[in-house]
Amino acid sequence: MEMPVPSAAVLSKKARIVARLQEVLPEGAVIHEAQETRAYECDALTAYKCPPLAAVLPASTDEVSAVLRICHDEGVPVVPRGSGTSLAGGALPTADSVILGVARLNAVLETDYDNRVIRVQSGRTNLSVTGAVEEQDFFYAPDPSSQLACAIAGNIAMNSGGAHCLKYGVTTNNLLGVTMVTMAGEVVEIGGAHLDAGGLDLLGLICGSEGQLGVVTEATLRILRKPEGARPVLMGYRSAEAAGACVADIIKAGVLPVAIEYMDRLCIEVTDKFSGAGYPDCEALLIVEVEGSEAEIDEQLGVILQIARNHDPVELREAKDADEAARIWLGRKSAFGAVGRINDYMCLDGTIPVSALPHVLKRIGEMSEEYGLAVGNVFHAGDGNMHPLILFDANKPGDLETCEAMGAEILKLCVEVGGCLTGEHGVGIEKRDLMHDQFSGDDLEAQMRVKDVFDPAWLLNPAKVFPLAASAERRDFAA
Amino acid sequence: MLAPNDETDLAEAVAGAAGPLRVVGGGTRPIGKPVAGEVLSVAGLSGISLYEPGALTLVARAGTPVAEVEAALAAEGQRLAFEPMEHRGLLGTSGEPTIGGVVAANVSGPRRVQAGACRDFLLGVRFVDGRGTVLKNGGRVMKNVTGYDLVKLMAGSYGTLGVLSEVSFKVLPAPAAVAVLLIEGLDDGQAVRAMAAALGSPFEVTGAAHTPKGVDGAPVTMIRIEGFESQVRYRASALADVLAEFGEIAIETDPERTRAGWAWVRDVEPFHVLPGDVWRLSVKPSDGPEVAARAEADGLLYDWGGGLVWVLVPEGTDLRARLGAFEGHATLVRASEATRATLPAFQPEPAPLAAIAAGLREKFDPRGILNPGLMG
Ligand SMILES: Cc1cc2nc3c(=O)[nH]c(=O)nc-3n(C[C@H](O)[C@H](O)[C@H](O)COP(=O)(O)OP(=O)(O)OC[C@H]3O[C@@H](n4cnc5c(N)ncnc54)[C@H](O)[C@@H]3O)c2cc1C
Repeated sequence: MEMPVPSAAVLSKKARIVARLQEVLPEGAVIHEAQETRAYECDALTAYKCPPLAAVLPASTDEVSAVLRICHDEGVPVVPRGSGTSLAGGALPTADSVILGVARLNAVLETDYDNRVIRVQSGRTNLSVTGAVEEQDFFYAPDPSSQLACAIAGNIAMNSGGAHCLKYGVTTNNLLGVTMVTMAGEVVEIGGAHLDAGGLDLLGLICGSEGQLGVVTEATLRILRKPEGARPVLMGYRSAEAAGACVADIIKAGVLPVAIEYMDRLCIEVTDKFSGAGYPDCEALLIVEVEGSEAEIDEQLGVILQIARNHDPVELREAKDADEAARIWLGRKSAFGAVGRINDYMCLDGTIPVSALPHVLKRIGEMSEEYGLAVGNVFHAGDGNMHPLILFDANKPGDLETCEAMGAEILKLCVEVGGCLTGEHGVGIEKRDLMHDQFSGDDLEAQMRVKDVFDPAWLLNPAKVFPLAASAERRDFAA
Repeated sequence: MLAPNDETDLAEAVAGAAGPLRVVGGGTRPIGKPVAGEVLSVAGLSGISLYEPGALTLVARAGTPVAEVEAALAAEGQRLAFEPMEHRGLLGTSGEPTIGGVVAANVSGPRRVQAGACRDFLLGVRFVDGRGTVLKNGGRVMKNVTGYDLVKLMAGSYGTLGVLSEVSFKVLPAPAAVAVLLIEGLDDGQAVRAMAAALGSPFEVTGAAHTPKGVDGAPVTMIRIEGFESQVRYRASALADVLAEFGEIAIETDPERTRAGWAWVRDVEPFHVLPGDVWRLSVKPSDGPEVAARAEADGLLYDWGGGLVWVLVPEGTDLRARLGAFEGHATLVRASEATRATLPAFQPEPAPLAAIAAGLREKFDPRGILNPGLMG
């Protein structure tokens, strides 16, 4: 993966930059020794690594502002970082950059049940937001699989989704306000506990902007009362077509489950072995979850199971208690981990129209043969967000490249059938150079002009999202 | 008047414009500062281009009548879940509301409090920027984080960043049944507390509104539940228990009466025949009554659990001066052209945000020809 040549001017003044940062931050909040900056050399896209010039861990919005003013002044690129779980290389440093980590900004500032909002500092982890309101039976809806580790900051930057977003939406649908610091160090407040934007929807623009428009330090999030209960069913099918048709019929029937998850044979087998979930022996497995009171659940599942039977299932398994429900989810929730145990893998994230599901799965199977790399499929079927896992051997020369080539072809296929390159993981560096396949030069230019407004010098996370060649002029001009 | 029939014509019209353009769809929502300029009508770009009920997706050209979209959805038992308001009655306009106009003004309705706003259901846009360049963002799939989200930016930008040519939506199944819980006689503060209790329950309230003066003059608080029949029956009675402390509760389940009741709220019907200016306050719900009290209003209507307050005041009133500082914003929705020319329709923003907004307008419309000044 090509990255810009680090600025020699910045590298040569490292000592001064570090000294200036130390002036505005408490002791221990500026990390600059080579053996320590290594901790920030990559995110969850571990194939790419580069230690930063330095890393800083501010503990307040004012400290973030002070850091950004210095970096702005010195012309130093800044890469914001939450928990470093990005799968797209969104938090990958360059050698001339300062990593701005928000891990110390993890407080709950206000919980307001009457208005159903919580205000938190952005370094707080996703799951601990729910943790803060659980005693009142409330929760924060977006639930990425990485929720134990990932931070709200990263969720906002990537507009992250989760298994339950079919019903509750993704981050942008649950975000009401932010405090953000611009690259020039200016603190801006956008939105709040009210429901809609006053002028232009800047909140909507910032969510999903991958840390390129500003550093988010606080967020107002919508919290919801927990449903009375939830129950999953598991369905096994002989073919992807049957499972796909079942999904479409469920959606058309007007009962909208909170989640419809899909796994193919490879994932079923691997996760079953790993987790002992006891999944059936079949080509395609669906987990469908509905919510409500016992009686409401019974009624919805009645409709859903009837539809499921029409497609000739190998097995239908309804969870009878919490234990069985957990077992149904167990394999799905450990899917990435399980596959990771047997192999190196690359996780894709394209979205397709659900009607294209059987066609796309078939083409992925063919590509798997062509490239000689196995692929497992596990994804959010209700909304067409696929996660093909391409297995490769990192120690085998050329395997990563083959895997990347195949990944690119799969993503192009997603675009071709009317979908997109990434449904929830973001572009980062990983899909940067495929952006031309989805967007025209004009489309990309319009997006880059937005960055020009927020960060005219292109110092914030500059080498991400846009193809390097497309952003070169702006980045060079800035340097 | 410029009246292109397709996107290419539209792009040419914008590129060739010599001066300011006043962009209209159906012309039913004249909100904001009046724009002097040649009319550019998007009504000619009409028709649903894709509708896949099994994928919950609909794509339509911007000039498509809202009624046509709603009819197509209804035929499949689906709907636009954000319940877009219809402005003709309130604003005294005629014409055919278009789907592009709904997006441009980010028009939502009572269900916004639970399901989300127009912007939350908007999956993709195609538009022509102020240079006359055709651009797209988002698409037709439900999850998409590829590049910046200009889809949200376009929603509610009132044609000041680009002229929409096509919009795509996530749609949802329409539920089989509805019930409305009615409580009479609450003052505004009690009503907002009752609505908060309802919205904080696990019963997925899809509407929470309060009028200090109902059809027969008494205050009425309305809480809506939707779903399948037995579910609605169960939830309505469970919710009645939760709200018992607020007074006697009547439950209305007649489909026609409940529909009409929520249309009354959605379209702000109580103010249709009354003279005066109409403002729309977006506030933290629990602040609603206190902020509204400062308005010394001739009429009030609360929606979104108190978070949306419609305010009727005498013509020409500078409501913001009466309100002073509060968390949220006030938009002038109905007023004479003269008033809209002097009072900013949109809440003036703090300097850093105003600078960002101005910067964005400059990038998307460097000649300043798209509805110039409309948003202030
Ligand atoms: C096992 C696993 C499972 C996952 N499952 C899901 C899933 O189900 N759904 C999903 O959507 N994602 C998933 N992800 C991806 C990842 O967890 C999300 O993208 C997450 O939101 C990243 O959060 P983070 O705090 O780790 O951010 P980081 O990785 O630290 O950063 C992500 C991006 O955010 C930017 N950023 C960080 N902090 C700020 C800030 N304060 N201001 C502005 N920008 C900032 C960074 O520059 C970077 O571009 C998964 C990842 C893993 C490893």
